[in-house]
Amino acid sequence: MTLTDIPTSSSGARGPAAPYDELIEAQRVHGSLYTSPAIFADELEQIWYRTWVYVGHVSEIAEPNDYVRKNIGPQDVIMTRSADGEVHLLLNRCAHRGNLVCEADAGNSSSFRCPYHGWTYRNTGDMLGYPFHGGYGGRGKLDLGLGRVPRVGIYQGFVFGSFAPDGPTLEEHLGEAKGEIDRLVRLSPEGEVEITAGFLKHKARANWKLLAENETDGYHPQFVHASIFSVAQSGIGALYGEKSTAVTRALGNGHSENDLRPEFRRIGAPLGWFGTTEEKVPEYSAAMRARYGDAAEEILIEGAPHVMIFPNLFIAEIQMFTIQPLAANLTVQHVTAVQFKGAPEMNKRMLQQCIGSVGPAGMLLADDTEMYERNQAGVAELRPEWLDVRRGVHREEIDERGLTVGGATDETGMRGFWKHYKHLMTEGRAQ
Amino acid sequence: MTAAATAIPTDAEPTQLDVRDVEQFLYREARFADEHRYDDWEALWTQDGLYWVPANDDDADRMAKMSIIHDNRSRIATRIRQFQTGRRHSQVPHSRLRRVVSNVEILGNAENGDLEVGANFVLVESRERSNELWAGRYTYRLRVVDGAIAMSYKKVALVDNARAIATLSFLI
Repeated sequence: MTLTDIPTSSSGARGPAAPYDELIEAQRVHGSLYTSPAIFADELEQIWYRTWVYVGHVSEIAEPNDYVRKNIGPQDVIMTRSADGEVHLLLNRCAHRGNLVCEADAGNSSSFRCPYHGWTYRNTGDMLGYPFHGGYGGRGKLDLGLGRVPRVGIYQGFVFGSFAPDGPTLEEHLGEAKGEIDRLVRLSPEGEVEITAGFLKHKARANWKLLAENETDGYHPQFVHASIFSVAQSGIGALYGEKSTAVTRALGNGHSENDLRPEFRRIGAPLGWFGTTEEKVPEYSAAMRARYGDAAEEILIEGAPHVMIFPNLFIAEIQMFTIQPLAANLTVQHVTAVQFKGAPEMNKRMLQQCIGSVGPAGMLLADDTEMYERNQAGVAELRPEWLDVRRGVHREEIDERGLTVGGATDETGMRGFWKHYKHLMTEGRAQ
Repeated sequence: MTAAATAIPTDAEPTQLDVRDVEQFLYREARFADEHRYDDWEALWTQDGLYWVPANDDDADRMAKMSIIHDNRSRIATRIRQFQTGRRHSQVPHSRLRRVVSNVEILGNAENGDLEVGANFVLVESRERSNELWAGRYTYRLRVVDGAIAMSYKKVALVDNARAIATLSFLI
């Protein structure tokens, strides 16, 4: 099977590529899930070309006719804002011969013109015209346009797309993860985040699930990141220590978080989560206290979320990652600094801290990615076949929201990921 | 001379260096980086050093846009100390590296009088994961400190800095 064989909607469903019920157990998962090209193709169909996938942020197309090239897995998606302000997700493919209609990474245009034979399209995807129209019997004779991602959903400015024409709404999909996005945007004195710093694109020769699982793995930081924690006198390591009061929470629908608030509340310092103080960012602090009043203290103490939203959006406090799977053993991480609207003092600091941490040379992410790549090599070994995900299973609890909660270093998030994955690949398959 | 040469502060003599001396400095810097001689490499920096690898646009606003590396002198030191822990996993074991530096060209003086030098490079990295071919343009700013050439600025404009690239945890 090649990628071009894969239907881009749930209508072309085929049988499971593997016996997922046997490969995914409560406390272990099979290595072939990370290496099999057939399973990867099945995931594209059942997950990436069906469920809600994060695409981009409205601030990237702030003005009418702005556009930016994004992706849903291997699909090249143009996110546009038409003159009426609506957001569209269009596939970068001319309806004539399949050429790319958009070469630029971003820009401002009301239309796209295919360079091959000059067919043109509005930024809504509708066809505008084609040259030498006599060859088609005149103008307006072709009922063609750019392909569309059929459903577009926006939550707090975060734009998601779903290739399935129907199914759960975006809000149903986000579920308990909505509150984490809310927690991020309220750190802006204007209640909005902006994605304006551009992205680093970091290649990992590894399966996308190794990345998704790692995002809320609180067990690895003390080992993978010991080098930078020790030289930078970072307090991050302690948040993921054995004595940490932070928790790992499965949020449902495959989403998970490291909830660090218990530690930040215990420390009780506004902006302690960011390693700074209100005195160092006086304008930001004043703006936050003006907007939120008495609630500002708690907001500034609790800080930003550390949440993995299934299958591809990871918000790690001040940085935002999207995961783009390209093959069973190839994934691109797109990463940028979160910027808060109306907070230039904070934004400068967040950008520079983010640059130090993430991307190909990042003092954190270079080492995470080294682990992903070694992990991909390791899971191809024949024995012992399984990856163990049992850590903390004996000490999990159900919280007041009915969600499963484990310790700071427990694999609760991974188990939540696999539960949802298994559902989508088995009884929840597209019919 | 570039137009920038006219803006030198009156108390700073613009740096003048023979191109052969400049080349010797660049080759030494490249060799220290290729051989992971971290202390020797760090000693080439001035106290106000800036090590910059832009992303997406060679002339991006480095205070507003993501960079692949944007290290002031303090962060250069942190990066070096991280290597020296022996637990910087993406460089344990080290990448095997060799680079060729060429097209060395004296461009003029920067506003502060430092000598600005351009060069192209091609670098092969070998790791268990893969071999990677890296290429781009270096821009250095050099001055003489205590009788020796030192660099206050090294910018690395990778040819593929707008694309997805592999982990780049060595000194580029």
